[in-house]
Amino acid sequence: MAFTLYSLLQAALLCVNAIAVLHEERFLKNIGWGADQGIGGFGEEPGIKSQLTNLIRSVRTVMRVPLIIINSVAIVLLLLFG
Amino acid sequence: MKTGNLKGSKHRARAAPDPPPLFDDTSGGYSSQPGGYPAPGADVAFNVNHLLGDPMANVAMAYGSSIASHGKDMVHKELHRFVSVNKLKYFFAVDTAYVAKKLGLLVFPYTHQNWEVQYSRDAPLPPRQDLNAPDLYIPTMAFITYVLLAGMALGIQKRFSPEVLGLCASTALVWVVMEVLALLLGIYLATVRSDLSTFHLLAYSGYKYVGMILSVLTGLLFGSDGYYVALAWTSSSLMYFIVSLGSRLLRWGRSWGRGSPSGLQLLLSSRCALCEQQPWAPTVWGAQLPGSVSSST
Repeated sequence: MAFTLYSLLQAALLCVNAIAVLHEERFLKNIGWGADQGIGGFGEEPGIKSQLTNLIRSVRTVMRVPLIIINSVAIVLLLLFG
Repeated sequence: MKTGNLKGSKHRARAAPDPPPLFDDTSGGYSSQPGGYPAPGADVAFNVNHLLGDPMANVAMAYGSSIASHGKDMVHKELHRFVSVNKLKYFFAVDTAYVAKKLGLLVFPYTHQNWEVQYSRDAPLPPRQDLNAPDLYIPTMAFITYVLLAGMALGIQKRFSPEVLGLCASTALVWVVMEVLALLLGIYLATVRSDLSTFHLLAYSGYKYVGMILSVLTGLLFGSDGYYVALAWTSSSLMYFIVSLGSRLLRWGRSWGRGSPSGLQLLLSSRCALCEQQPWAPTVWGAQLPGSVSSST
C-alpha cells in the first residue's frame, strides 16, 4: 500500500466530486437528508445528521466552481500523461 | 551609448595594468565579449571597484536586491496567512529534559498521575515547563528517524533503492494527513468544542512513530518475536497515553449540551481505533522483515 502525494490528491479529488454530485432534489430528499428537513431548533445542539447535511450542502455550494477547474486540469493531465 | 561608455571605461581602466581585452588571453578568466562584465580573476579588488563605479551595475544590483526582498516579503505574507508562525513556535519550545521525560512517558505511561496541562494566565505553558503539553519536535524527529530506519531495514534485506526511501516517506506522510483529516471530521461532526487545534492533532498523530521506531528496532535485534512483543507493548502504552490525554482535553471543552457525552465517547473510540491502526503501517514494511532477519542470522 504505497501512497504517493499525487495519489492522495487524486483520492481527495474523487471524494470531493462524490460529495458534490449528490443531488439535492432527486436523491437527498428521498432519504431524508435534504437541506430543509429537520435543521432543528435554534438553541439546540445540532446532531450528527444535521452536521452531515450541512457539510454536504456547504461542500456543494463552495466547491462547485473550483471543482470544474480542478477536474478539467486533472482530465487534461490524465489524457497527456496517463 | 551606455555600452560604449562601458567599453570605454573598461578599456580605460584596463589600459593601465593590462592590455586591451581584444588581445587578452582568456587564461585569466576574462570574458572577451564587449559589454560583458569581467569574471573575478586575479585582480578581485580591481574588479569590485570597477563594478561599484559603474552605474549600470549599481542599477542592476539594486533592482535585483529589491526583487529578492519583495519575493521574500511575499513568501512571508503567504506563509503567515496559512500557518501562524507564533503558534508553531510554541510547539518547538522544548529542551532535552522534556524530550527525555516525554519519551519515557510514551513508553510507560501507566504510573503517571497528573495529566492536566498547566495554564499561566489563560495561555497554555510551553512544553519546556509542562510535561503534559504536546509538542511537534518529537513527532517530526520520530517521523524522519522512522523513514531512515525503514530504509536501513530494507537495506539489510537487500531490497533497498533510493526511490524506496521517498516512497516510504510519502506513504507515512499520507497516513498522517489522512488521520488528521479523519480526526478533524470526527470533531466537527460530533460538535465537541475543545482547545484542540490542528497542530495538537498533528502532534498526537505523530507520537505513534516513536512506538513504531522501537518496534522496528526490536524486530531488527531480536527477530520476529521481539517485533510483535514490542509492537503490542508500544500500542497499548500509546493507547493509554492518548486516552488519558484525550479525556482530559475533551473535558475542558465548553459545550456540555445533550450531544456532548456521546461525542466524547465517539472521539475516544476513534482514538483507540487509530492506535490500532498503528501496527498496520510498520507491518507494510516489516512484514517480511523479522522473518528474513531471523532466518539470515
